[in-house]
Amino acid sequence: MTELEAGRAQTLVPVRSGAVLQRYRDVLIALIAFAVLASLPLFTGSKALLDFVIRCSAYGLFATSLNLLVGYTGLTSFGHGMFFGLGAYSFGLIMQKLGVPIPAAFVATLAITAVFATIIGAICVRLKEIYFAFVTLAFQMLIHSTILSWASFTGGDQGLRGGIPRPVFLGIDLSNHVHLYVTSCALLILGLLAMRQIAQSPFGYTLRMIRDNAARASFLGIDVWRAKLTVFVLAALFASMGGMVMALFVSGAYPEFAYWTISGEGIFINMLGGVSTFLGPMVGTVLLLLLNDTVTRFTEYHGIVLGVVILFFALGLRKGLLDFVAEWYAHRRETGEER
Amino acid sequence: MTLPDNGARRTMLEIRNLAKSFGGVKATNDVSLDFPDGSLTAVIGPNGAGKSTFFNLITGALKPDSGQVLLDGVDLAGRSPPEIVRHGIGRAFQVASIFKSLTVEETMLAAVSADQRTSAVLHKRFPLPEARDRAEHVMELLGLASKRHRTAATLSHGDQKLLDIALALVLEPKVLLLDEPTAGMGPEERWRMIDKVRELWEIQKITVVFIEHDMDIVFKIAPKIVVLCYGRILATGTPDEIRNNSAVIDAYLGTEHAGAAA
Repeated sequence: MTELEAGRAQTLVPVRSGAVLQRYRDVLIALIAFAVLASLPLFTGSKALLDFVIRCSAYGLFATSLNLLVGYTGLTSFGHGMFFGLGAYSFGLIMQKLGVPIPAAFVATLAITAVFATIIGAICVRLKEIYFAFVTLAFQMLIHSTILSWASFTGGDQGLRGGIPRPVFLGIDLSNHVHLYVTSCALLILGLLAMRQIAQSPFGYTLRMIRDNAARASFLGIDVWRAKLTVFVLAALFASMGGMVMALFVSGAYPEFAYWTISGEGIFINMLGGVSTFLGPMVGTVLLLLLNDTVTRFTEYHGIVLGVVILFFALGLRKGLLDFVAEWYAHRRETGEER
Repeated sequence: MTLPDNGARRTMLEIRNLAKSFGGVKATNDVSLDFPDGSLTAVIGPNGAGKSTFFNLITGALKPDSGQVLLDGVDLAGRSPPEIVRHGIGRAFQVASIFKSLTVEETMLAAVSADQRTSAVLHKRFPLPEARDRAEHVMELLGLASKRHRTAATLSHGDQKLLDIALALVLEPKVLLLDEPTAGMGPEERWRMIDKVRELWEIQKITVVFIEHDMDIVFKIAPKIVVLCYGRILATGTPDEIRNNSAVIDAYLGTEHAGAAA
């Protein structure tokens, strides 16, 4: 009994403050990451590098939000890209047609996304694995074809042309490349920090329980449907954020943003980077964009190269890069302790 | 009454005319039973007797065709599993139903969080301090405290079963249903498990109902036994009454009842 009590005293204090410490640590890492990214323009005049980081921000937000569904909840959505497209189009249309300040359009777009995600999610999250995957895909195609056919409103297959107006707000001028770059970085870091908080909250552990064993979770009193719907909507919001960054970057929106290939790339990124760690999708994003950019420079058959890479990760490693690193590290630490 | 006094004798769980059919098969056929507060009852019966169906009906995994499930006077028949759990009926499963990637400690803390209605909290970090004491208490009670940092998937079969029971127990249920707590265990491990169950029942003073195949175990520890056969109650009574009941001997025990059945 004394041994038990001793063990209890030992673990009680560190774990409790550990949770708080972890939060400070995450905020600290986020601040450092933002400082490093934001100071990049001071050291390099390379527009291509800054563009690369902006694209990483858009895709990184999208892919990490997809991992909230795939990795944390076990909901494999094949239609998550619809919210990326929805974000880009809603934001672009609001700015073009209403000319409101950018923060207002940003918030309004999130609200629109939440409404769509709630309706679509309410229909989808009841479905099991493959049915969930395919019905989300079906909704994606529905949104994509709506964009194509409603040409008077959305510009059809030409996309939203004529540029998105970017009025100055709070001294931030998003038509200035460096301003746009820093804003994208800020949105990425804030988005990641918020998603990290979701993943490490009590709700995040509810998601893990549902992923591992949804039936058991319901026998603990958890409303599985409601939890799934909640994470579906939350993930959609961050995907929509990614879409808005993309719309700002290209100053427009194109039907491809809402096409199923975006969802496919999201899944691909998660496979590349790994779904068992929070930053796996971020690593996957950088890898995919690097691959895309370098391979397309050397060959027009870049699809083949990407296919081979995907097969290597799926069949060879059977996990993403960061999964692999995390396992290797855990293994090394374990054997180190034994010695 | 030969039942040991384990709290008040009012009825905690009352089953009235419970019925469920699958196609033409009556899996549960007009079952009525009383489980007094603080009682320990074994449910036995041949394979396909409807034991698990009976549990599934009580816990909401299946919806009964008719009948009532009264917990402390409140009818829960046909309600959803989360609702029934929140009213105070916890259950453990025949095949340990756990969260394979969570550690023992995380599992306990997350379960308490569910019970404390904080499982949807977004703005704080897991675990919440108020979940700790209860999680700690149940881990110690079941001897899982030393394995707190082990991932559930890496636990032994016996410990996984214990973790499953711990999951039910940590919700502080009024009634605990254990579906074959000793399933898949060796003879020695079985006794250790069943001693644990009995100990829990004595310490926690809750109403426990368990399904068990091993007749030695049932006759040794259960003050009251219910025999199910083809969805009906064949007999209820003390071990002695059941042992000498001719209908039970014909249907289930055979002439030499000792030893493991099924």
